[in-house]
Amino acid sequence: MKIAVTGLNATDNPGPGVPVIRSLKMAKDFQGSIIGLAYDSLDPGIYMEGLVEKAYIIPYPSGGLEPLLERIKLIHEKEKLDLIIPTLDSELYGFVKLQPKLNQMGIKLFLPTLEQLNIRAKDNLFKFCEDNQIKVPKNFLVSSLHDLYLLSSKIKYPAVVKGIFYEAYIVNNFEEAEHSFNKLSAKWGYPIIIQEYLKGDEFNVVGLGDGTGRTVGAVPMRKLYITDKGKGWAGITIDDKTIIDLSKKIIEKTKWKSGLELEYIKSSETGEYFLLEINPRFPAWVYLAPSAGQNMPYALVKLAYGESVETFSSFKVGTIFVRSSWDLISDIKTFEQIAAIGEISI
Amino acid sequence: MSTKKRYERPIITKYQSGLMNKFGSGPSAKAKTSIDEVAVSKLVEEYGSPLFVMSERQLRNNQQNAIRIFRTRYPKVQFAWSYKTNYLNAVCSVFHQEGSLAEVVSEFEYDKAKLLGIKGSNIIFNGPDKSRAALQKAIKDNAKIHIDHFDELYEIIDLCNSENLKANVAIRVNMDVGVYPLWDRFGFNYENGEAWQAIKRIMSEKSLKLTGLHTHIGTYMMTAEAYRIAASKLASLANSIKREFDIKLDYIDMGGGFASNNTLIGQYLPAEQIIPSMEQYADAISSGMFEMNATGSDLPALILETGRALVDNAGYLITTVLANKRLSTGRRAIIIDAGVNILFTSFWYKHKISPAQESGVHVEDSSLYGPLCMNIDLIRESILLPAVKKGEHLVIEDVGAYAMTQWMQFITMRPNVVMIMQDGTVELIRKSEALNYILDRELLPKQLKLK
Amino acid sequence: MVNFIIPENIAISESGFLFLAGTGETFTLNQIGKEIFNLIRSKSSEEEIINSIVNDYDIDKATAHKDFADFISQLKHYSILKEA
Repeated sequence: MKIAVTGLNATDNPGPGVPVIRSLKMAKDFQGSIIGLAYDSLDPGIYMEGLVEKAYIIPYPSGGLEPLLERIKLIHEKEKLDLIIPTLDSELYGFVKLQPKLNQMGIKLFLPTLEQLNIRAKDNLFKFCEDNQIKVPKNFLVSSLHDLYLLSSKIKYPAVVKGIFYEAYIVNNFEEAEHSFNKLSAKWGYPIIIQEYLKGDEFNVVGLGDGTGRTVGAVPMRKLYITDKGKGWAGITIDDKTIIDLSKKIIEKTKWKSGLELEYIKSSETGEYFLLEINPRFPAWVYLAPSAGQNMPYALVKLAYGESVETFSSFKVGTIFVRSSWDLISDIKTFEQIAAIGEISI
Repeated sequence: MSTKKRYERPIITKYQSGLMNKFGSGPSAKAKTSIDEVAVSKLVEEYGSPLFVMSERQLRNNQQNAIRIFRTRYPKVQFAWSYKTNYLNAVCSVFHQEGSLAEVVSEFEYDKAKLLGIKGSNIIFNGPDKSRAALQKAIKDNAKIHIDHFDELYEIIDLCNSENLKANVAIRVNMDVGVYPLWDRFGFNYENGEAWQAIKRIMSEKSLKLTGLHTHIGTYMMTAEAYRIAASKLASLANSIKREFDIKLDYIDMGGGFASNNTLIGQYLPAEQIIPSMEQYADAISSGMFEMNATGSDLPALILETGRALVDNAGYLITTVLANKRLSTGRRAIIIDAGVNILFTSFWYKHKISPAQESGVHVEDSSLYGPLCMNIDLIRESILLPAVKKGEHLVIEDVGAYAMTQWMQFITMRPNVVMIMQDGTVELIRKSEALNYILDRELLPKQLKLK
Repeated sequence: MVNFIIPENIAISESGFLFLAGTGETFTLNQIGKEIFNLIRSKSSEEEIINSIVNDYDIDKATAHKDFADFISQLKHYSILKEA
């Protein structure tokens, strides 16, 4: 079994590739090898000993599907891949579109459908939640500074300004909103989301849906430490039936297929959970799930192979992850190999 | 004689983290040596550069495909070719041969369609600018007049009454479909009851026959759902009309606005990955349409005025490299002979641009400038291109929509447009302009004549 | 005739990977770029290099000249070579 995993960028804004691979390797009956697919020669996953057997550089999805497919074909010829697990948001549309072609080549995928990707797209989430009585913060979509200006009477500060793909800023007045709008639109395009700011604690759930509405696994986590980029740097699994039931409802209503991360905020005023985001892939902290007893990445592999997977019924509450920085030492030769040739055997 | 190695410019690329890597290096490195099996070099040799090329095969494929997709979802489907998107006679004729009506938004376009041989009853007359004379002509021709505002409605009533005419009319309706910006400057608003008011006014006039309802919710719509909402709002209007006045409409015109494969500037992912497919648009529209209280032959026809999505990928612009330059920052700049005056769409699209000859695999981040002596003449701020020499060609793809109607004559003449026919022959469909084309229109006062 | 000097602590590998040991910057060169780099290093003059290119590759002298000049300006821009 040869599995290719993307998102080896275990940086301060980490991709989930490395923890997904670690999860697979943790499974007792996992027999297979892992190929890393990286976008940058300096993706840390390439330099971690014993993580991947080989690593290949692939072109960014923003460069178009044709070159990405060409590159995968070339890698497939050498490696005979059985399965690809894309782990980054921005890749998913591309892989969903490429799915028929990849399947034809004999490569399996276990991805959300296009409709599911669209439901979770930040601009549609509001409506989905409204239809299903799930609480969300108030949202406005803006596509120009003019729109933003027109909204100024409706926005209460502080507010959150979010990019359509990534990044969010808390703003305290119109000028700050304008500044963040410009910054985010230049980077991620339109529309920009202006969201009501809710006071409370952040809780996240990693989950896996099998596509029928069933929740194969769901592990909730409270962030213990949040970096200035808003990333969880430490977290702990919690015992709260409400958040699990809410997550199961979302997976059921969307008939979610593949891994996902649900981000919530628990209002400090009312104690209710508000859904902030559905991320259509495992989070970078997914390694916490197998450590607490629910190996969802491995379950995803089994689902991709068409095997039946039992629903995880429990997990160990109080399991903690603490992220760390760890310098990997390498040599210019390794860097040259990956930068100039684009592939490397580890 | 020994064979020499294929030459490629020497290139050095600095490694920078986070930038595009060269593996699978962009689609731009792949050569587009021919269009519909006709060599680009041959086209330039015969018709010059820059050169617009239309593909008859692609046009027909697009139209037939769209008809098939919509007819498998809704029983009565009629396309109307959106003249403003591309009104070259050859292009319009292909669509008319495929069964399309003409959709025009000005008297100029109306006359153009008539001259091409289209009957008035097969012309949809849209837009906010219809002169009294134009309206009179359209009414007499039995054209489908889509009323944009009350002033126009009263003008038509007045015309019909004073000249004892009968007019077939529809109204354009604007509405909130959850998409910004709201196109409420065209037509009558649905939510505030203006549309219903216009309908009642029409129904009270014996000289007017209400034949349909029309909407056009926007352009380059990235969500199919908006069309479902729009169709269901028109369906609900149609239901009210049936209930109140007991009449069946001939058609519901859902307008156009489907996105093409071009990626907008400021859009992170390429369009191919995020725009809805024609099937998704069709699913959305038909599911909204079926909210009508009618079945079988009582259902009105569904008219579509799709322009961009049917013509964009059938158009190419071949251009020639005039010079390679280094900017003061060390950045590479390429100057080509096609500027923003003939490729307006480069202001909002990241067109796909490929070299027309094999050029090696090393690509370099470059800026692509047009030939105009103006700073705004930028075809692309940043594009990965392999080394291209002076005199070599680039092919700019997906330029079939708007480029050939919004282009302007500026410091030089507009170039030839050819069509590659289905049988592989090449036909000139618009001759490049000559100096006389401009001078014929100019008048020089006697006292300004130079001795 | 102008000749160019490449500092000793700049290394280029078979694959065209170039490492500036003094600054830690890295670059990639295409095949012909690598050949030119090596010719400069072996102290060939501009004229000799261009002759060698025209000899080996399917290219006219004027173009070779123009591209060579552009390449040199790039190398200078990155402080990879100095004029002698």
